[in-house]
This record gives sequence, structure tokens and C-alpha cells, in this order.
Amino acid sequence: MSGQEKQSSSGVDHTLLALVLLLAAFGLVILFSTSEYNGRVRFHDSAYYFRKQFFATALGLAAMYAVSRMDYHFFVSLAPAAYLLSLGLSTAVLLVGQEINGSKRWLNLGPLSFQPSEFAKAAVILFLAWQIDRTRKDPSGFWFMCRTMLTLLPVAGLVGSNNLSTAIIILGIGVILIFVSNPKYMQFIGLGAAGMAFVALFLAAESYRLERLAIWRNPEAYEKGFQTIQGLYAIGSGGIFGRGLGSSLQKLGFVPEAQNDMIFSIICEELGLAGACGLILIFILLLWRLCVVSMHSRDLQGALICGGIMGHMAIQVILNIAVVTNTIPNTGITLPFISYGGTSVVFLLAEMGLALSVSAHR
Amino acid sequence: MTFHKKKVWTVFLCCTVLLFGLMGRLAYLMGVRSDYYYRKAEDLHQRERDIKAARGKILDANGKVLAANKTVCTVSVIHSQIREPEKVIRVLARELDMEEADVRKRVEKVSSIERVRTNVEKAAGDAIREYDLAGVKVDEDYRRYYPYGDLASRVLGFTGGDNQGIIGLEVQYEEILSGTPGKILTTTDARGVEIDGIGESRTEPAAGSDLRVSLDADIQEFVQQAAMKVMEEKQAERVSILLMNPQNGEIYACVNVPEFDLNDPFTLNTGEDVSSLSQQEKQDLLNQMWRNPCLNDTYEPGSTFKIITMSAGLEEGVVTESDRFFCPGYIVVDDRRIHCANRNGHGAQDFVQGAQNSCNPVFIDVGLRLGADRFYKYFQQFGLLKKTGVDLPGEAATIMHKKENMGNVELATVSFGQSFQITPIQLAATVSALINGGNRVTPHFGVAVQNPEGDEVVRLEYPVEEGIVSGETSRRVKAILETVVSIGSGKNAKIEGYSIGGKTATSQTLPRSANRYISSFLGFAPAEDPRILGLCVIHDPQGVYYGGTIAAPVIRSIFENILPYLGIEKTEENGGSAGAGGQENTED
Repeated sequence: MSGQEKQSSSGVDHTLLALVLLLAAFGLVILFSTSEYNGRVRFHDSAYYFRKQFFATALGLAAMYAVSRMDYHFFVSLAPAAYLLSLGLSTAVLLVGQEINGSKRWLNLGPLSFQPSEFAKAAVILFLAWQIDRTRKDPSGFWFMCRTMLTLLPVAGLVGSNNLSTAIIILGIGVILIFVSNPKYMQFIGLGAAGMAFVALFLAAESYRLERLAIWRNPEAYEKGFQTIQGLYAIGSGGIFGRGLGSSLQKLGFVPEAQNDMIFSIICEELGLAGACGLILIFILLLWRLCVVSMHSRDLQGALICGGIMGHMAIQVILNIAVVTNTIPNTGITLPFISYGGTSVVFLLAEMGLALSVSAHR
Repeated sequence: MTFHKKKVWTVFLCCTVLLFGLMGRLAYLMGVRSDYYYRKAEDLHQRERDIKAARGKILDANGKVLAANKTVCTVSVIHSQIREPEKVIRVLARELDMEEADVRKRVEKVSSIERVRTNVEKAAGDAIREYDLAGVKVDEDYRRYYPYGDLASRVLGFTGGDNQGIIGLEVQYEEILSGTPGKILTTTDARGVEIDGIGESRTEPAAGSDLRVSLDADIQEFVQQAAMKVMEEKQAERVSILLMNPQNGEIYACVNVPEFDLNDPFTLNTGEDVSSLSQQEKQDLLNQMWRNPCLNDTYEPGSTFKIITMSAGLEEGVVTESDRFFCPGYIVVDDRRIHCANRNGHGAQDFVQGAQNSCNPVFIDVGLRLGADRFYKYFQQFGLLKKTGVDLPGEAATIMHKKENMGNVELATVSFGQSFQITPIQLAATVSALINGGNRVTPHFGVAVQNPEGDEVVRLEYPVEEGIVSGETSRRVKAILETVVSIGSGKNAKIEGYSIGGKTATSQTLPRSANRYISSFLGFAPAEDPRILGLCVIHDPQGVYYGGTIAAPVIRSIFENILPYLGIEKTEENGGSAGAGGQENTED
């Protein structure tokens, strides 16, 4: 262990670290801007959301630092336990979870509340890295694919019972990691087609999901399209350079919960097309650094961890922006590092710590 | 291992492609669609507030202001912006003269904006503004103000809280007076709270035009006093007096006492305690008070209607001035005995004397000579059966027998003004036409539309129907009616030096058993070329109720003062011999 520590202190990927710090800082600034009004109106405290998020970010940075200093193999060895823990927590939240905004997603731990689904995503990445690494003899087989996906079903089902979006992310991470660990390409096209069929069936099974499709196609015609259409108003009224930081009007109660899923629309309104594309480019750079760390990892575990983290980031960023721009039907996915959510930012930063650890141990 | 790298790279490239695709989508939304969404968002953020336009003034014939605007303030509190609630409560209670508890209720209410008080005097509003309290808003506003209080209350009418006319000229000329409201666009958050620091855009309101009316405040005031005097003397229920120019239909005065205070139109003028009444009952009483009896209500005109019977008879040639009649005190029509007012009978008389005596049998005879068809033809020709078209809302229509139901008895009673109902304004307008040479003029108040600088913008025109009676008949009717005043039943309206025509009337209201009367007198001067026509109607006088005794002196006292005022010179001394005509009344 002592030899590895020497490596870790010198070899972390500085570009990745800088990008993460930049995103975390940018996230806090935007979060303050978007949540200031809601905090003032609801809690008579402009900094209400900011303070909580700031605390979580600090905690997350500490976690990132701690994780990056440790060998990622240690975490991989904890993966089965983490996976079981996430199953337990997801079960617990179903039974004794705290309901906020109509969703039962939080566990109360004294003054803090904790969202097990955020932990589940990190646990799944580690668990898949552990499992795929163990069965590397024949990763190309169809049976391997099915078995790997099957091991994800319990947690995806538990999380998905009250948080469909996170379940989709978990399954997405699974698909990406299997894809990475499998030398073939063609069968994934088939898998993709199967996935599409599954989604279509899934949507058709419940009429409210079909309604969501109808809202997606013409949000202005539906009352439930309100959030979407308010997001579009915010995006559209941003123009090329935006109204200026802090000058959004849509955050003043028009976009509901502007600091949550729809935060990207406020970024568009305040910073314009230039600012929004700048943020997307930073995310692309982050993905690129994660990709590079993965490719330069010295073993499969490290490559899979970084690939999983990259997949996680990519899925959330893409789906969030696609939802906000009404490119796909509405589903509640937060924008990493930017949207309000303590658990999310803590585990995202911890994941970044993991990636930094991989970068340090090549 | 290499395939892992390639695959991770593939995933990265796929994600990058997708992200660039989303950037394209953003470019579309924020470039191509930007204007559309920007406009939509703007609509959403901007609240429109109307700025009331100053309502046009109503000016009398001499330019005196009858209805004006005064600036009042609305004081509101914005809960979220209040910093010193206790101070706000204290100051507002003091300046607005309200109970602290009432103010506190409004200040502490959690709402976006709460009105504390409307119609606050400008001085008080300015005083509150001086304190510069956070969260207290003083908005200026216009409120209708009537400098003469109750003068011509039912003619002018008043406006409601939204400055819209409710009755009278205020509603009739709403479009001219109201102007176009301006707009303030302010940016608000989703709760409707205005956001500071973002400029507001304004469209200035366009003030309404002024309306000049024929009403003369001086005449109206004098007539109102005269009406009050007779109402009090005779303890009458109410008195209506109408003064108009029979040549062009301009109304100089339209008095209905008791009037009500236009600056407080929701308080009953009777001083009645309304606290025990239901909302509906109270509203009914208010509606009753707001009616203009000169044109919203009909009555049995009684003997003043004999002018119409006379005109029709002369025009048709069924009677001449020298025709002889005999009145035994009654006349039998189809087995019905109809009494003359003088039950002893007027004896032998010619038609002119019959008019001077207001003898019922004479006019019944004329009516029967005309017959229903011809009589009805003249009703139509004189314009009696249609509305006068006066420029006030709610004119009541004439209630007359259908021609096919008009038997001899109906014909007889109609001949002396009973068994049907018309409005006072209808009587005045019809007689105007009969004495002005046959031009059916439209009685009216509105004369011209003026801009605020006093320049005439539009001259209001009214229809005139010519030749409803021949000039010759008109001249003969005037001459007969002149003798009614000079030596007949209307002699109490006589003024030395003026030739005055007129006709008295007394009618009993239904039910006859109640012994309630309406006494009236219609007079005009100068008799040969009438320039003013007055009609005085006294409802339910106590004691003597003969129109010639109580209503004619009212018109006389008005004419005595108004004729010189109108520049009508006295003619040669024309005392006339005191006639033998006694008091008259009509009843059956």
C-alpha cells in the first residue's frame, strides 16, 4: 500500500481535477442564482438551498480527496458489499423513506437526508467492474451479457419502483460496461433494438406514459406540459448571450423548482447559447478526460470504473439536456454537479475521486 | 486490452456526437425560435395595469361644470415588501382615519397586494407618500365629482367604482365621456409581484371628451327651489318640472324633487333607515330613487291632454272656435254618464270658452266627432305613440288603448286625458310640436361634444319631423291656450306684460278610492311665438289639489324670472279681463 500511496500523490490527472473543481464551483454559482428566489419565497432565506449545497459540495470534495488517495482496488473489493448495501438501502427507503414533492426517495439520518439511489449508481459501477473483471475468461458470450444484466435487475427494480429515471441510468451504465468489456459490436445493435422494443412496450403498458409522449410532441396543449414549456420559454428567451447571470425571469416561480432538473434552462436564459454550449463543452472535456484515464488504466478494473463513471456522467448530462430542450419526453434526471441535490453531489465527487485514484495508479 | 480502449473511445465519441446534436438543438431553440419564446415569456412576465382615463366633463349651456373629476388615491400594502409593520399600521390608521385593528388585518394579510382604502383625498394620499414607507403604495386615480351635489341628479346620473356611467347622461354618453384607458406594463414574478429595477412601459390614457348640454345650472337651480317650495307647501310626494325650448327641443331644466346627492348616490334621499332591509330591498329602493319620473314613468295626463284633442279637432275641421256647446254637468256616452269637473255644469259656451273652462263634455263631444279612427290617426301623426327619443336611458312608452278596442267610452275618456298613460316628456314634446308650427322636435340635453380645450368637436343633431299639424291649426291652438291663461282656468299663471299660453290638469291616480291626485300645469311663452315651455307635475298634494291653483303659480313664478333671463322682452301691457273660469278638475 505504501508504494502505491507515493504514486497517488504525484500522478492524479490534473486536467480532470481542474475540470471537476471548475464544474463544482460553476454549479454552486448557478445554484445560488436559480434557488435564490425560491429560497426567499419559501424559507425567507435567499441562501437556503445554496448553504445546503455548499455543505454537500464541501463534504463531496473531502470524500473525493480521500477516495483519490486510496487504491481503487480496495473499493472494487468492497463492491459486493456495497451492492448489497444499496439493495438494503433501496428497500429501506421503500419502507421508511421520507416523501418530498410526492416522491419517496430520501432516508432521514438525523439532520441530513440521504438519497439511496445516488449511492446505488456508484455501487453499480463498482459492482459491475468487480463482476466483469472476475468473469473475464469469456466476456464475449451472450450468456455473460444476460447474466450481468440480470444481476442488475434487483437494484434497478428496487430503485425504479419509485425513481424510474435512476433505474434507466443504472441499466444504461450496465449496457455501457458490457459493451466496453465485449469485443463484438454487432450484437449490441441487436441489444439496442431489443431495448427500444422494451421501452415501447413499457410506455404502452401505462397510459400515463403515453400521455407523456403526447405532451412531449405538443407541450403547449397540455396542462402537464407546463414545466416543459416554461423551460422552453427560459431557453428561448436567452438568445445568444443571455440576460446575464442572475437576471433570469423564468426562475421567479415560472419554471417550477428551477434549481432542480430544469436548471439547465435557467443557464440558457442567463448565459445564452454561448454559456450553454460552453458548459456542454466542459462536460465533453470531462468525458474526454475520463475516457483517457480509462484507456490509460493499467488494468481492466480501472478501465471499467472510469468507463462506468464516464457512462454515468454522459447519460445524465445527455438525458437532462435532452429533456430540458424537449428533445425527448420528460423524465426527472438531474444535471451532474449543477442541479440541487446533496447526495448526488457527494457521490458524484466521490466517483471523481475514484477516477482520480485510477489516474494516479496507472 | 486494446478493444476495451477502442470501446471506451467509441462510447465517448457517441456521447460527444449526441452532445453536439443537443448543441444543435439549443442553437435552434435559442436562435431560430428565440423570438417566439421570448415573446411568449414576455407575455407571461408582464402584467398589464390599466391607467384610468380622465372622464370628460359635463358642462351646462353656459360652460359651468356639472360633472368633473377629482384626483383621489388608493392606498394599498404589499405584504412581502413591508419592513416596519407596526409603523405602517400606526401611520395608515392615523392618516386614513381608520381603526388600527382594521388596518392591521390588511397589513398582516399574506397577499400579493391588499387595498387598505380607496377614494382617499389627495391630501391624505400625499401625506402618506411623505412617510416613504416600504411596502405602502399610493396610487392616484380619478373619481367623478358633481360640484352641484343634487342638481339635476337624475339627468346627469353618476358613475360606478370603475368610472362607468350607471344612470343618466353619464351612461347615455359613456362612449364620448369615457376616453381610452392607458396601460402600464410591469414585469412580475409568478406570484404577480412586481420586480423592481426593470423598467415599465406605459401607454398614456386618452382623456374623454367633454359634453355640453342644454341644461342651464342657474335655471335648473331656480326651478328646483320652486319645486321644493311647492312640494313642502303642499306636502306633496314629489314634484317634477320640465322646462324646454319648444322650437328646437333643448331642455333647460329637468327637476324631480326630492333629488338625491350625486356625490353619494348609494344613500337613500329619504333618510330611511336601511339597516334592517335585505340587500335586494335596499337595491330596489335605490333603483326607485334613481328613476327619472319625467321620462321613466308614465301618468294619466288629465286635462293638459285636451290640447291634443283640440289640435286634432281643429286640424280635422270637426270643430271651430265658435261652435256652440251646452254642458249640464255631465254627458251620456253609450249609457254611461260622464261628469264634468263642475257638476253644476258650465251651461251654454262656445269651444274657446269650453277650453277656458276645461269642460269635459265639450272635449268628449270633439273626441266623438273625430271618432276612433281619425283620433288614432292624429295620435300617430303627432308622434304620441312612439318614444320622444330623448337622450336619456329608459324612456317609457305611451300606454294607449288599441284602436280596435277604442269604443265610445274609451274615446270619451281619452278626449280629456284619462284611461291611458304617457310620460311628462312625451306630453311636453307633443305640445311643443303643436305650438311651434308643427315641427315634432326631439327633446334633448346633449348639445355638443367638446375637446378639453373647449373647442367644439361634434355638434349633436336630432331628428325633426315637420308638418305634423298645419301652421294655421298651430296658431289657433296657441290663441285658444293664451285665453286659457289670460281669462280661463290657467289665470294663476298670468304675468303682467307677457302673453302666456297654457292648460291646467288635475287627475286622480288609480285606484280612485285612494283620493290621490296629480296636479299639473303646462305653460308656454310668449304665446304667439313660444320660446319656452314648462310643465309642472305635482304628485299627491295635500289640501287643494287643483292644477290651476297649485301648479300654475309654480310655472308663473318660474316664468317671471326665466323670461327676462332668457332675454324675452315684455310686450305691450295686455292685462286681459279677468275671466269667469273657475277652478277645474277632471274626474268621472
